[in-house]
Amino acid sequence: MRHLLLALALIAAPVWADSDLPPAPLADTQLPDPKQEARAQALMETIRCLVCQGQSIADSNAELAGDMRAMVRQRIAAGEKPEAIRAWLVQRYGSWVTYDPPLDRVTWLLWAAPVMFLAVGLLIARSSFQRRRT
Amino acid sequence: MIAEAGLAALWLGAALCLLQLVAAILAVRGEAQLAGIVRPVAVAQAALTALAFSLLIWLFVKVDLSVALVFENDHSEKPFLYRFAATWGNHEGSMLMWVAILGAAGAAVALFERKLEERTLLATLGGQAVVGLGFYAFLLFASNPFARLFPAPPEGRGLNPLLQDPGLAFHPPTLYLGYVGLSVAFSFAIGALVTRDVGPAFARAMRPWVLGAWIFLTLGITAGSYWAYYELGWGGWWFWDPVENASLMPWLAATALLHSVTVLATRDGLRAWTLMLAVIAFSMSMVGTFLVRSGILTSVHAFAVDPRRGMFLLVLLFLYIGGALALFGARVGAVREGARFDPVSREAGLVANNLLLSAILGIVLVGTLYPLILEAATGTKLSVGPPYFNAAAGPLALILVTIMAAGPLLRWRRDNLVPLAKRVAPAAGLALIMLIVVKLAAPSIHILSLLGLALAAGLALASVAPLWQRNLRRTPLFIWGMVLAHLGMAVSLAGMACDSSFTVEKLVAARVGETVTVGPYSVTFDAVDPTFGANWQALQATLLARRGDSDMLTLSPQARTYWAPPTETSETAIHTALDGQLYTVLGKQAPDGRWQLRLWWKPFVTLIWAGGALIAIGGTLALIGRLWRARRKPQEVWL
Amino acid sequence: MTGYAKWAPLVAFILLGSALTYGLTKPETTNIRSKMVGASVPSFTLPPATAGLPGLSSSDLAAGQPHLLNIFASWCVPCVAEAPQLKAIAEAGVPVVGIAIRDRPEALQRFLARNGNAFRAIGADDASQVQMAMGSSGVPESFVIDGRGRILQQVIGPINPQDVAGLVAAVKAAR
Repeated sequence: MRHLLLALALIAAPVWADSDLPPAPLADTQLPDPKQEARAQALMETIRCLVCQGQSIADSNAELAGDMRAMVRQRIAAGEKPEAIRAWLVQRYGSWVTYDPPLDRVTWLLWAAPVMFLAVGLLIARSSFQRRRT
Repeated sequence: MIAEAGLAALWLGAALCLLQLVAAILAVRGEAQLAGIVRPVAVAQAALTALAFSLLIWLFVKVDLSVALVFENDHSEKPFLYRFAATWGNHEGSMLMWVAILGAAGAAVALFERKLEERTLLATLGGQAVVGLGFYAFLLFASNPFARLFPAPPEGRGLNPLLQDPGLAFHPPTLYLGYVGLSVAFSFAIGALVTRDVGPAFARAMRPWVLGAWIFLTLGITAGSYWAYYELGWGGWWFWDPVENASLMPWLAATALLHSVTVLATRDGLRAWTLMLAVIAFSMSMVGTFLVRSGILTSVHAFAVDPRRGMFLLVLLFLYIGGALALFGARVGAVREGARFDPVSREAGLVANNLLLSAILGIVLVGTLYPLILEAATGTKLSVGPPYFNAAAGPLALILVTIMAAGPLLRWRRDNLVPLAKRVAPAAGLALIMLIVVKLAAPSIHILSLLGLALAAGLALASVAPLWQRNLRRTPLFIWGMVLAHLGMAVSLAGMACDSSFTVEKLVAARVGETVTVGPYSVTFDAVDPTFGANWQALQATLLARRGDSDMLTLSPQARTYWAPPTETSETAIHTALDGQLYTVLGKQAPDGRWQLRLWWKPFVTLIWAGGALIAIGGTLALIGRLWRARRKPQEVWL
Repeated sequence: MTGYAKWAPLVAFILLGSALTYGLTKPETTNIRSKMVGASVPSFTLPPATAGLPGLSSSDLAAGQPHLLNIFASWCVPCVAEAPQLKAIAEAGVPVVGIAIRDRPEALQRFLARNGNAFRAIGADDASQVQMAMGSSGVPESFVIDGRGRILQQVIGPINPQDVAGLVAAVKAAR
């Protein structure tokens, strides 16, 4: 009876426009080497899921995200550097796919913003201070 | 009938709001007779909107399907709490809640504000009315919550299952009380700019309102973070998502405002900063409302997208924020220059605090909107996420923490570096020890987390330092408030650093009967059983967790399927120990019969939200302390 | 506050408001375009996705003949809608090849039987690897590839009937 209920529960789940192939082997399995897994995880948290509403591939249940995770783990296990994998993805999808914006001609303002805000703030704050009288 | 009554109440409220505005304008310009009606009208207006909101709640609880909004968001099989909370789990309902709170805030000012000079108070109520009118118009013309649906369908569409959680009952109302509570500060600033009355009395009057809104905002953000943490199932508590940033920006501005207003109250300085921050805080609330509802930024948290409504809101933004900033530019010069400070003093510390908070606010704003601006300018699509925000705002936040530690130990007016160093030495020493200990224990720790932990320890000691050598029973309540709030910040920071550095994650495909080790726990996968709820069915895993020789714990994560609307969610099972949380998630079953399990051991992660709660408690103590003191010693000018 | 500083917030807000206005008025494009348009097809070799049709490799696409490469799947609902268009393109003399994403041979057979088979070859991409290498982010998508294996054009989403002529012309013009 339990098995029947289990089967019913599985069937009753809605049918999505999804393939029914299982996830790729490394999509939901960690690499055996913890250092490599940590590097892979760090990279996955900063790669944007292409079919989601603003999530990284590490946090998404979408199939394509799973395949991207599998690809990342596979390449890290093969010895590739995380930055090379990121660059490969950016070459195919543009900067949109990485949550770590590059530093280039169009994004220098973004990276300079913190320094600029501080500088402007200091200038404004200067007017609040009086010279120290001994 | 009830829906029509609700709509009628809204129209009446809008009409009264217009009356409030006209009367306030005329009264400020000299028509003394009208001054008397402004307050009662503000209260009546609030009562009407509260009535409209209550009627909408009634419609949702009774599942009146002849109202379109109820049809789209409600379902008769939902438990009572979620029928109740579904009222604001959608755009129109939450907008009505916004307007109701706006009205209530105005009424509260009308009823309870006694310290403010009469003309400024009238101008403030006028400011409140100006803001109210725009949002009434938005509600009545573009977001009518009471629209009917004929013929009434047999059943509603139901609420998004991710929202069917106690978090929905708590998070939006507290957040809105904070967001919209800041409108009072905004109106105060408008009032002060109109009557050019900015000074210590004004600041003392404004302070409790800012504190009140800030407390709610802190609670709302903390609750939202915890809700997302246990609901979304990926173990994260902050993603620098545009909607999250939209709630953080008003908080940053409000925190800066809170500190700035104290300087204005005690030393009559930072007049322009205080006014500017008051305008910015509520402006950020309004920008946040716009971002969430217009659809221009992609987010998991975004409401239903409607560019037409977005356009309406944008026009309101231009009117209100543009108007307020234009008023600021025109009038701030006439606000007499405030006092100046010594570079080493409590005031200087507060100026630094303002500066850093504003810079962080700027960074969050730029980071959130840069992709949009870049696309507008060049067509390039960009994503800005945690790597940017952590790298840009993180160091500034750590500097802020250092100043937070030294600040309360600085004397007002003028201090000297050597005595200050002596006062700060114990905290600095503790921070240094913590730095060395942590670095030795975890050599590969990230530099930001390492500094975070060290500074958290230092801040914790420094925040209780003001109590040192004081008669504790005669220490004013607001000092306790400051101590607790800063301590809460230290606790929260420690939690954040621990979570980002010491979390252990295990992803396994397990067969029933297998055991997995995660952190100090060994978790045995005991069974998977089907189970049912009011409006869902699920597969529930039974996990038996044991730590060393302690008792066996049972955790039951579920993979749930709701049928209205059809959605799959995952319900995490979390065990909270004194030193961390065991967080478990059940995934899908692979064809070979093994089940996907995700297990985390997160040491000290609860400190993040415990710290947030402490901050809110500290704020509450400060608020009570100030109100009580004002009642007992109305003539007192100091602090 | 100095003369300039007091107007700075208003100016900053106007800039902000302009960005927000742009955000509202720009056309809704949630599609991520492939950046590989103009570059060579990445090298790959895919096994046959179903019985009766050969697999696909990048060398097939650089053998001198331009192709229309269609990335699809039997579980993809819009792919059913574009099947007639693919048939029309194939009948116009354009070689149509496919890459099936995460598919099963039997399901693919049923799909082709039901919706028509315009493909000369279909490669099986079970882990979306080639899809990623091409810069494609969903199904269905189509690519016009010239005789030397260079990607000339990308179509995101199902091919509309009105686009058929244009695509046929594009492939025929490519050498």
